[in-house]
Amino acid sequence: MMRRCDVLIVGGGPGGLAAACAAKKSGAETVILLERDSQAGGILNQCIHDGFGLIRYQQVLTGPEYADRAIKEAEDMGVEILTSRHVVKMSADRRVTSYSSEGIEEYDAKAVILATGCRERTRGNISIPGSRPAGVFTAGVAQNLMNLHNIMIGRRIVILGSGDIGLIMARRFTLEGAKVLAIAEIMPEPTGLARNVSQCVSEFGIPLYVRTTVSDIIGKRKLEAVELSDLDERGKIVPGSARRVECDALVLSVGLIPENEVAQTANIRLLSNHAVDTDKHLQTCIEGVFSCGNCRRVMDLADYVSEQGEMAGRNAVRFLKGDPMEVWDEEKSNCMKKGFPERDTITCTVCPNGCQIKWDENSRSYLGNACPRGMVFAEQERSDPKRNVTTTVPVKGERQSLRPVRTKTPVSRDEVLQLAEKLRTISILPSVKSGETVFTYRSRAGEDISVITTAGQ
Amino acid sequence: MEQIYDVVIIGAGAVGCTIARELSRYCLSILVLEKECDVAYGTSGRMSGVVHAGFNNKPGTLMAKFCVEGNRQFESRCRELDIPYKKTGKVLVAFDDDDMNALEGIKARGEENGCEGLRIIDAEEIHGIAPGVGGIGGMLSPNTAIFDPFTYCIAHAENAVENGVEFVFDSEATAMEKKGGIFCVNTRKGLFYARFLVNSAGLYSDKISAMLGITKYTIFPCRGEYFILDKVADKLLDIPAYPVPKPGIGGLGVHLTPTIEGNLIIGPSAEYLEDREDYAATPEIMDKLFAEAKALLPAIERTHIIGNYCGIRPKQAPPEEGGFRDFVIREEEECPGLINLIGIESPGFTAAGPIAGMVRDLLGRHLKLEKKNHFNPIRKGKVRFRELPQEEQEKLIAADPEYGEIICRCQTVTKREIRDAIENMLGARSLSSIKYRAWCMTGRCNGGYCMSRIVDMLVNDYHIPADEITYRGRGSEMFSGEVK
Repeated sequence: MMRRCDVLIVGGGPGGLAAACAAKKSGAETVILLERDSQAGGILNQCIHDGFGLIRYQQVLTGPEYADRAIKEAEDMGVEILTSRHVVKMSADRRVTSYSSEGIEEYDAKAVILATGCRERTRGNISIPGSRPAGVFTAGVAQNLMNLHNIMIGRRIVILGSGDIGLIMARRFTLEGAKVLAIAEIMPEPTGLARNVSQCVSEFGIPLYVRTTVSDIIGKRKLEAVELSDLDERGKIVPGSARRVECDALVLSVGLIPENEVAQTANIRLLSNHAVDTDKHLQTCIEGVFSCGNCRRVMDLADYVSEQGEMAGRNAVRFLKGDPMEVWDEEKSNCMKKGFPERDTITCTVCPNGCQIKWDENSRSYLGNACPRGMVFAEQERSDPKRNVTTTVPVKGERQSLRPVRTKTPVSRDEVLQLAEKLRTISILPSVKSGETVFTYRSRAGEDISVITTAGQ
Repeated sequence: MEQIYDVVIIGAGAVGCTIARELSRYCLSILVLEKECDVAYGTSGRMSGVVHAGFNNKPGTLMAKFCVEGNRQFESRCRELDIPYKKTGKVLVAFDDDDMNALEGIKARGEENGCEGLRIIDAEEIHGIAPGVGGIGGMLSPNTAIFDPFTYCIAHAENAVENGVEFVFDSEATAMEKKGGIFCVNTRKGLFYARFLVNSAGLYSDKISAMLGITKYTIFPCRGEYFILDKVADKLLDIPAYPVPKPGIGGLGVHLTPTIEGNLIIGPSAEYLEDREDYAATPEIMDKLFAEAKALLPAIERTHIIGNYCGIRPKQAPPEEGGFRDFVIREEEECPGLINLIGIESPGFTAAGPIAGMVRDLLGRHLKLEKKNHFNPIRKGKVRFRELPQEEQEKLIAADPEYGEIICRCQTVTKREIRDAIENMLGARSLSSIKYRAWCMTGRCNGGYCMSRIVDMLVNDYHIPADEITYRGRGSEMFSGEVK
């Protein structure tokens, strides 16, 4: 079966959804999006934590909430979203082949946008010495198992690498009552965003060791321990620095690799880091084939992925019409504060910039905030810091079925663990809809805080 | 009264499985005991996947004889049992004059052993056969081949089961005695009785033998580490490339081998150890492996590496001696009825067929070997969707929509194929067993995409609780349980 369309998008994560939406908005008649999972949203569906949408919607959203919005926008625009379709190849003349339980389908598109995302670097890629027991996972797999499949990977956990997923998972494990014994980072600074270092690690007292690596994995069948070693300035192991940490899971957060298997079937030119080589219009070496999001260059925020997706969508239509295309500003997505927060500062989380705000006694004012919202945030942090709690709750009578939930309004930082513990004891009915309150927490200050689901059935 | 088997085989590696299948031709009751949860979990599943031609072994040895014979029968064996096999040939690459001189000796030795078609070639011809490989010359062995070692063992075991052999897994032999002409084997799955005992326990063959009072054997474990390279690297080389072996190393040298599935593997090293199951990789050897492989094929890069593994050779030659000692395959006079197979290291896989033949003949001295009329020599493997033309794929999806659901993105493995793997004839349910059958979780993402989907099938479709899912059998539980 062959279907013709104006714009075909491969991948239904934030980039693909935004691209599809924008293509439609710019006047493309038929826009089809192919997603291999049973629902669109991509990796957002397992990212139950909040922090999404700060730029795009000026709101604090969880991953599933952000995905829901993006899906709804695309559907409302008239994008045809086809799920459970696995694209295995495309040709240089923009014919795309997908597999599904309904059969093999071919699409003949005037323009194609590749939004195939990225995958995690694995243990195999970085050649960690030692045995190969059960209990070694990448952070994204751990997140997927925990948040979507109700499977706990361990109770005593060591994390290698301080990328954002690793930091997020450190908090996630802690909220579920597991102990994160150490985060080891080979670089002199954490590689994740400062806001995550601060809110996911420091605030829970999780030790983060820089210039440190896992030098051995111990355990024949099941992981028993890892060996941590210090690294010198050239990255070599410092002799005699090895120490053994008993654990039942090692989680790797050691980088992401753009996923471009589909692009490769059309011989699209890649860079040495496996990312698609595009021009400034996001067009690949094949005319009318565009690439956006993490398969083009791994980005720190879904918001930027969406923004880039939109431009790819608009440019695809401009290409069809023969209009001049827009130019992507490479610097745009590169302004966030990474690594350790500066000493005695507050890392602002109002937006992703992560301003390092400091109270200055002399001028009796805050310094370091780029906008007035930072001052309000800092003031709150000084008097009563508040946090949202995100976790999952099981659905009664449905094996392995979880629903993501979050606090509707933030709770005092000191009460986060207490609330998380309470949320470990509840379950909800299958009929509960997205946004419904499933639990009310009476804070110490006597305030009622609603806990709502962030995705429906 | 407990059943007394005619033959109990200890160990379901390549040799044990081949013997089981060979004996299943005859009217005998046969049981295979295996300490792991599946076949090929020891040395047999941790090797290069090469069918050797037989020029490396000392003339007059069983190793040499059986390697050459085994090579000749390997292809038809693979055809009967639907085992992926490809006659690629192999090049031995010489880097200096010493190597070139050594090649003459290797060729002469091979010819003495009965290898056919060996040919010394110059640099130009090497580069024609294996572009990108370094070296000043070499030797071409046209009869060397590659195959899938997991499927080999699975296929032999399945065909044996089809023909009446029983397998009991997770049944490590912990004690044994012979009383009244009957062997009694104690395992964690209970007692098993046999008239004849075949010891094909590989790394533990000396221990099994010692349980029956034959203490003259010692196995020296010798570890070999490997790297697995991404499929993209297979464009670089489609024929195994080996260095000229240096005397006394007890291995064949670090080589590059394309696998049947299109990955390239580097290895193995050779390092004697105390522990028979220390499959750990070491940083020094990983660096060395890569450097030696890069000398053979300069185009390979560290970024091509997607994984590593180790195998352990059950050597008879102690470290101070090095090199190879010949296979021991014999019925022990002090313990009649016990057939010992000791030191079956490389080229044991290639030689497995002739080894099984010899074991059959040893048993035939005591047992009446009456052929079964209904022996079925054919085993058909499961569908390998990714290898089929699109029209056939379409038909399969129409017949079973699960063929349309791609679960493993790196290797294009469908849900139906994973189901076939889970429902395998031997009842092996660990993730590794599923991996070796369906070839999922073997690609560049190391199961990052498909593993949780496979786990989902195990939990929801097969009702295996999450905390009982193992990586490689008992003691390798993957998860601590449910989150909620």
